[in-house]
Amino acid sequence: MTVAYHRKPVLWDVDYDAPPNKLIAIVGPNGAGKSTLIKACLGLVPRASGQVEFWGAPYRKARSRLGYVPQRESVDWDFPVSALDVVCMGRYRRIGWFWPVTRSHKQAALACLDRVGMRDYASRQISQLSGGQQQRVFLARALAQEADLYFMDEPFAGVDAATERAIVGVLRQLRSSGKTVVVVHHDLQTVPEYFDEVILLNMRVVASGPVRDVFTRENLHKTYGGRLTLLSEASEAVARAASGEGPSR
Amino acid sequence: MKFSVASDLFPLLAGVLAALTCGLLGNFLVLRRQSLMGDAISHSVLPGLVIAFLIASTRSPLVMFIGAAVAGMATVILVELVKTLGRVEPGAAMGVVFSVLFALGVLLIEQAAARHVDLDAECVLHGQLESLVWYDAPDSIDALLSFKAFANVPRQIWTLVGMLTASAAFVLLLFKELRLAAFDPAMATTQGFNATVLHYLIMLFVAGATVASFDAVGSILVIAMLVCPAATARLLTDRLGPQIVWSLLIATGTAVGGYAVASIVPAWFGRDAVNAAGSMAVTAGVLLSAAVVFAPRHGLISRVVRRRLLASKVARDDLLATLYRAVEAGGPIAIGQARRLLAGRSPSRVIARAGRLGLVHIDGDVVSLTAAGRAEASEVVRRHRLWEHYLVGEAGLAPDHVHATAEQLEHLDAAPPIGPASDPHGRPIPARDR
Repeated sequence: MTVAYHRKPVLWDVDYDAPPNKLIAIVGPNGAGKSTLIKACLGLVPRASGQVEFWGAPYRKARSRLGYVPQRESVDWDFPVSALDVVCMGRYRRIGWFWPVTRSHKQAALACLDRVGMRDYASRQISQLSGGQQQRVFLARALAQEADLYFMDEPFAGVDAATERAIVGVLRQLRSSGKTVVVVHHDLQTVPEYFDEVILLNMRVVASGPVRDVFTRENLHKTYGGRLTLLSEASEAVARAASGEGPSR
Repeated sequence: MKFSVASDLFPLLAGVLAALTCGLLGNFLVLRRQSLMGDAISHSVLPGLVIAFLIASTRSPLVMFIGAAVAGMATVILVELVKTLGRVEPGAAMGVVFSVLFALGVLLIEQAAARHVDLDAECVLHGQLESLVWYDAPDSIDALLSFKAFANVPRQIWTLVGMLTASAAFVLLLFKELRLAAFDPAMATTQGFNATVLHYLIMLFVAGATVASFDAVGSILVIAMLVCPAATARLLTDRLGPQIVWSLLIATGTAVGGYAVASIVPAWFGRDAVNAAGSMAVTAGVLLSAAVVFAPRHGLISRVVRRRLLASKVARDDLLATLYRAVEAGGPIAIGQARRLLAGRSPSRVIARAGRLGLVHIDGDVVSLTAAGRAEASEVVRRHRLWEHYLVGEAGLAPDHVHATAEQLEHLDAAPPIGPASDPHGRPIPARDR
């Protein structure tokens, strides 16, 4: 798959086959095309070439089985809706065109808020939530979609420790119920701890596969080029991955 | 000034219907921060109307609607093009497109006028509400409600009724889809609710509402009604449903109020009634300004009041905590000392108010805590010292660097995490006695 903006390619020859039932991280430097990769998979940006298939079918047929958590900054948090309203949006595809949100869908949405520890905030207007709480509302909305494959764009960006724990907990729950989650991630340190598979991306796929095999100093060097400060931080994480302390189940 | 069915009913009705239609659709423009798009469309439908008229040589509503709808869609597409190709911000793109199209419309009208065609740029801007006179108006209520009377209802009213019904049905049926597409277009699209299509649908309705309202109320009122009621309602509530209801109430109030003002106020000064559409637009602006100042949560006044209340609570907390520490250190505190502590925060008033609340006792030159004051003060000091403990223990700050931060945190509603019986400086943390 190749994606271009204004004729300038931002993603080249991306070829990846996601294994089922895994937590998969996409990592790479700024401008590597991480978000674009997700958006191209979901048909939100046009592809210059190549194709994306979900369970052997094109995107249109797989829509109901796909969940998407956009970057938190991509929406207007002053919007006049409550946290529960936002989570209910995850049910819209199930509800279908024209029909209103029924009580049973609201109950389902409340249960999802509960899973991210946000039930008490259901009736808050979303601008009155902290950044971490907003991220958890987004996660609850994705849960409400009851998808089989999730794409999350930087869910850990700028969140507090409690939210990070809540998100990791939910990711593990999803994996243990047989789901697959693809996460754009920026913190190299936590890759071995949180994820099973990793895609190292810098306009091309530098390497992809199980964290233990792929998350090496050499591959990171290829991905991040000469940014040594980042690398020294990462080397510690690499060491942990190599010593088998890696993905905990 | 007396209400007359013959000369007032239809202008008023047209104003209300136009206000409701535009006010309803305006909610979605305001939500998407695209209010200027209403402005753009209502200007750039002008060439569409003129071209449609020149082609079909009729002013039938259907022809006008098609012309306006095409022009409206062209505007939306042109704005997108200018934005992406010219790499300019959306506002600039809209400004460029609509001023060019409007100018084109004016040129076309002049050309048409040269050929003695009946089109008038004036009436596009101001509308001709006052011309909606009911010539053989019935003189009794019974006659008003009879079928025969409806035959004389002017075309503009029917067009507006149709447009309002269509817009209301559109918003009711697609409420959740429109809300999702306005809040998170990417998510809407991945869920199969194509945000772009929904966006164009809204714009189509805005173009339709513009045309329907046009020859009755003029484009100035259309623009005002697309923005003001929704923007006013947004200040009054934090939920979309209530916002829409409020915007409709405000739109109705604006139309009726504006109409009344137009005919009543000039009469006081012995003058003729002023343009009703203009007066309605001014009323819309006045209501919006009033909401900016007086709105319960987002208004200026309530924000100032909230800040004042908080400032006076902080000053009182500081006074009580200082008195508490003075008792701890074993000495009473002189009123002058308390004043210095509260310098710049109107000390006399803070001390006097604490006295009225029964929190402190003022005896000549000495201020001391009452029992109630002591309870409240111990709570403040407790928070302060627990926060100090937290900052040293959890946030890793040095013990001599935490006082200033704790001084701010102690005023928060959020309780600090529980801690030991003494703070990092070895002073006891008061137990909670309530």
